Amino acid sequence: MNLRKYLKIYKKFLHTSLASELEYKTNILVDLITAILSLAGSIFLLSIFFQNNGYIGGWKFEQALIIQAIYTILNGITNTWFNPNLTEIVKHIREGTLDFVLLKPIDSQFFISLKKINPSGFLEIMLGFLLSFFCIRINQINLNLSFLTLSLITISCSICILYSLWFFISTTTIWFVKTWNAIEVLRSFLYIGRFPLNSFSFSLRIFFSVFIPIAFITTIPSEVFLGVSQLWKIVLEIIVATVFLITSRKFWLFALKFYSSASS
Amino acid sequence: MLEYRVEIALWAISGIIPFFMLNIWTNNNLNESINISDVLLSRYFLCAFFVRQFSVVWVVFSFEEDSLMGKVSPYLIQPLNPFFRYFAQHLAEQITRLPFALIIAFFFFIFNQESIWIPNLGILLLSIVSTFFSFFIQFLMQSIVACLCFWTEKASSIERLLFIPTLFLSGLLAPVVSFPEYVKSWIYFTPFPYLIDFPANLLSGNETNISGGLSMQILWIFLLFPLFKKIWSEGTKKYTAMGS
Repeated sequence: MNLRKYLKIYKKFLHTSLASELEYKTNILVDLITAILSLAGSIFLLSIFFQNNGYIGGWKFEQALIIQAIYTILNGITNTWFNPNLTEIVKHIREGTLDFVLLKPIDSQFFISLKKINPSGFLEIMLGFLLSFFCIRINQINLNLSFLTLSLITISCSICILYSLWFFISTTTIWFVKTWNAIEVLRSFLYIGRFPLNSFSFSLRIFFSVFIPIAFITTIPSEVFLGVSQLWKIVLEIIVATVFLITSRKFWLFALKFYSSASS
Repeated sequence: MLEYRVEIALWAISGIIPFFMLNIWTNNNLNESINISDVLLSRYFLCAFFVRQFSVVWVVFSFEEDSLMGKVSPYLIQPLNPFFRYFAQHLAEQITRLPFALIIAFFFFIFNQESIWIPNLGILLLSIVSTFFSFFIQFLMQSIVACLCFWTEKASSIERLLFIPTLFLSGLLAPVVSFPEYVKSWIYFTPFPYLIDFPANLLSGNETNISGGLSMQILWIFLLFPLFKKIWSEGTKKYTAMGS
């Protein structure tokens, strides 16, 4: 692993994919409006829930907004990196171009995960940050060093878990060839991340923290924001993220053994 | 279509968001404020799931791919509007989706035994008709967006934009009755509540204005159909096949 070489290659990736995406300028504008409307829609839905209730699952409206903010940031990251790249795996396998990826003298997971970038996701990330600054103000959170480091750690762990989930599902393409719909299932489950975990019934809560760790993705970072998270939860999230990352790597290498190119 | 059983099963699973929403509603007793009992609300969301399963439309994505790949040219020569082809595809897939939707409904009833009900035949037929209307309205709306492919390469991003109001205002995530007054005052003039909320209310036995809802659906079909015709004929005039 030569870090400098990989950084250099990544710079080239960024350059080429940005250049090609910026060809569709109106598209980026439409995507921005979509992101804004989608956030407004979720806040509208949340406001319906809070219409006659002060608390949902122990969360106030202002606190639930933090979850929306973190979800928006993570969704932006998904749209910028995970979605354009990992849906490409499906294409590589169907059209047999994965051979060319495997032949290149760089790590195949690196190439497949970071080749493309969709700049309209940046706007969504910025939107999420704006909302989170707003939340910090209305919830009167005081910014100090430990708060910043903890939230940085938990959010990066969330990103790792999210990446592993996406990568995991895309890797199964090697056996099932078409996994568009599996990705749709993941998307619809991830949608749950917009709401506090405590607002669900006990059995669903278990499901969303053990089988699909959506609980870890948005709820724990939001608790950190509010300063109510226990230390063990943060440690647990770090462990879960590491386990997910390592398994996704192992799973990819394992799956490649089953890959037979188009004509063999 | 039966070749892709797993795919369709996954499609059916990906539509279970209404059940998660139901869980939030009942688990926090939010329905008390809108005067809908637990049982009726769970039926509503089950019906919303069904209506969504049989009214989901993806014509814009198929058409975009075909038009970028240049497959539209041979279709245009045929004496049949290519959208009939997509229409038939959609109908075929809906039929294959029925067994999976029934399996999900079966599991739903195992967990919510008190919400089992049998709608009478008249209501059932009416709600099938209104679900079909809902599908047709969405198909027309998306076909109009798809025709924009003749002018821009990525019509699907416009579709994603249009999907947002469909998602939040159609009643898939929360029944329209629960919406605040300032939204309810204008929402019934838009096509959105007739996509999910109206057929789901009809089927689940919740209070709804049957004749009003159906006539609004028909009205929207009559408004959108000429628009589609118009944009289609404009678009085909604009269309230039690859290489010309």
